[in-house]
Amino acid sequence: MTYVHPRNHAGIYHYDELDRQFVRERVEQFRFQVERRLKGELSEDEFKPLRLMNGLYLQLHAYMLRIAIPYGTLASHQLRGLSEIARRYDKGYGHFTTRQNLQLNWIKLEDTPDILGKLAEIDMHAIQTSGNCVRNVTTDQFAGAAPDEVVDPRVYAEILRQWTTIHPEFTFLPRKFKIAISASGEADRAAVRVHDIGLVVKKNAEGETGFEVYVGGGLGRTPFIAPKTRGWLPEEDLIAYIEAVLRVYNQAGRRDNAFKARIKILVHETKLDKFIALVEDEFARIRGPKFRLDSAIVEAIRSHFAPPPFEELPPASDLAVRRRADDAAFDAWVRTNVRDHKAPGHASVTISLKPAGGVPGDISSEQMDAVADLADRHSFGEIRVTHEQNLVLAHVKQDDLYALWQALSAVGLATANAGLIGDIIACPGLDYCSLANARSIPIAQALSERFADPAKQAEIGDLKIKISGCINACGHHHVGAIGILGVDKKGEEFYQITVGGNAELDASIGDILGPALTADEAVDAVERIVDRYLERRQPGERFLATLARLGQAPFKETAYAAD
Amino acid sequence: MPLIENGRAVADRWVSLADDAALPAEGGVIVSFARWQAERDALLARSAPLGVRLPSTVSAGAVAPDLERFALVVVEFPKFRDGRGFTTARELRERWGYTGEIRAVGNIIADQYPLLVRCGVSTVEVPDGTDVETWARTLNTVTIAYQASVGEDEPLALLRRRVAAA
Repeated sequence: MTYVHPRNHAGIYHYDELDRQFVRERVEQFRFQVERRLKGELSEDEFKPLRLMNGLYLQLHAYMLRIAIPYGTLASHQLRGLSEIARRYDKGYGHFTTRQNLQLNWIKLEDTPDILGKLAEIDMHAIQTSGNCVRNVTTDQFAGAAPDEVVDPRVYAEILRQWTTIHPEFTFLPRKFKIAISASGEADRAAVRVHDIGLVVKKNAEGETGFEVYVGGGLGRTPFIAPKTRGWLPEEDLIAYIEAVLRVYNQAGRRDNAFKARIKILVHETKLDKFIALVEDEFARIRGPKFRLDSAIVEAIRSHFAPPPFEELPPASDLAVRRRADDAAFDAWVRTNVRDHKAPGHASVTISLKPAGGVPGDISSEQMDAVADLADRHSFGEIRVTHEQNLVLAHVKQDDLYALWQALSAVGLATANAGLIGDIIACPGLDYCSLANARSIPIAQALSERFADPAKQAEIGDLKIKISGCINACGHHHVGAIGILGVDKKGEEFYQITVGGNAELDASIGDILGPALTADEAVDAVERIVDRYLERRQPGERFLATLARLGQAPFKETAYAAD
Repeated sequence: MPLIENGRAVADRWVSLADDAALPAEGGVIVSFARWQAERDALLARSAPLGVRLPSTVSAGAVAPDLERFALVVVEFPKFRDGRGFTTARELRERWGYTGEIRAVGNIIADQYPLLVRCGVSTVEVPDGTDVETWARTLNTVTIAYQASVGEDEPLALLRRRVAAA
């Protein structure tokens, strides 16, 4: 039997020569743009959108490069390549974001074309990770592995990635545009209703694939939960419908005020019925051969995401069961960080990037290399990035879990808190970002230390904390069960607490609890809110349910109680 | 101002008329959309070619019923970040079947040139002193596209394709 490297089974879109040529040409295009900028032929105003569309931001202290990780999937050699780039051109670490991308925070403009060249060598790029264009399409981190999956959403994420890549008509939209896809019959692990377009993949009674479509969600200073614009969109019409939405938005979206330019404002101001009518009108007109998504294309793309060759195994591993009985720490990690897999005897593993006192989403080059090696050994050479800023090895044999856990422990990556209170989402905040009003990272660090005890975290259960350093809401604070928003009061950092947010299909925006607090007060207040929840909850009741039952008052009272 | 077509500087045979300028008896003139609406009959009484200039707030549909009367439609870009003109050009071609010249004017940067062409724009007016070579080069830098350009009317049997060379 010929040897097949595990990464050849990785669930990524595997480039061919045409894709490689495209990315190389794009690198040369950017090199030419940088040259013209450095010679003064392009003004900073003109250069800005060009660099943004290649992922390059100017932050407080340096340039930041945001590298696209399409729908958060990576092959092991790509992760090693990212580790090498971080080592050579940055400070030996990177930061995974809520958009499933990787950010390098200390980049020099002159190095950028070479970095993009290095990325091209591993079939990667930074195209459209910023700018007023369609951004990285995100999806469920357990795609292809989750037992509740209807159809693999990566297929459609890749089709849309290709279709929206340097789309000639939609590269200068009123504002950025984000699409997320979920394909679970039961849950939404892609937060589709807080995106500009959210798609839920479905099957109808005839067994045909289609989509439920939501348009106009988003966070930022005016948060909206996206309304449904279509209950059923046949697969073949996916591109025509997205094209119709984008065209209506490109023509009618506001361009007079950047804060009102997202499609959520257009949907809101136009009124939903009228907006749907505009889109349907355009859709009816362009629906036809030119935009029909041929099933042959879908199948060709689907072949890139064929299931890897799983071993036939009994449903449960005796070895894993024995190890769990012997080792309480391993058992705790399995309970929080390991999920069921559709293939018997397999599991999906979340690698938490949220150690107590750590920076959420940060990972060192050494850790990236270690994860790449473990992915080769245990998960067909494939790694996923989650919108909760963790990593996933999606296809691990249960027999291997103990060895994997030991290896992760050795590199500080076995924190047992996936989905618990320590699994905090935070934006880079004022430590890096020029838009921020306040730091996010120190709050996340203080809270993760405050709740470091695994037994306490297990007792608290499902309670998501999300932190943003400004109203742009990159840390998704609106949809945190407890959200924390950094605000500036006369040059001082303050923090506003919201409660009751939720990013799943029954999404809701959190309500502000009261006046903003100092950093120390905010951390204490969160702890008291959690304690109050533990006192008052009924058996098995989630925080959100207790809050719904009791209302805000008891939580507000304890949050602002004088010491 | 210089005019670029297919990556080369070409002569401009049109005169762009201010709204208060007298209408010359001869020669092709470009008038604003507002003037077209106000002086439609006088403009149509001439035998010389007529062009109309659309501000970015006016969509292709506004001139659709009269397109056969125009040998030229000018699409304005008030700021290069304002991408409405891309949709206007594409709608003129794909929705309304316009086959005359489409000209992009205003604040446009060279890097947008290939996108304009793919949306059906024929000519671009550029500032005096522009290095036409830069514009020509941007046209041929990226030769792969992931979606059809205007004029490629075959069914969507593939996503990726080579862009027709300029």
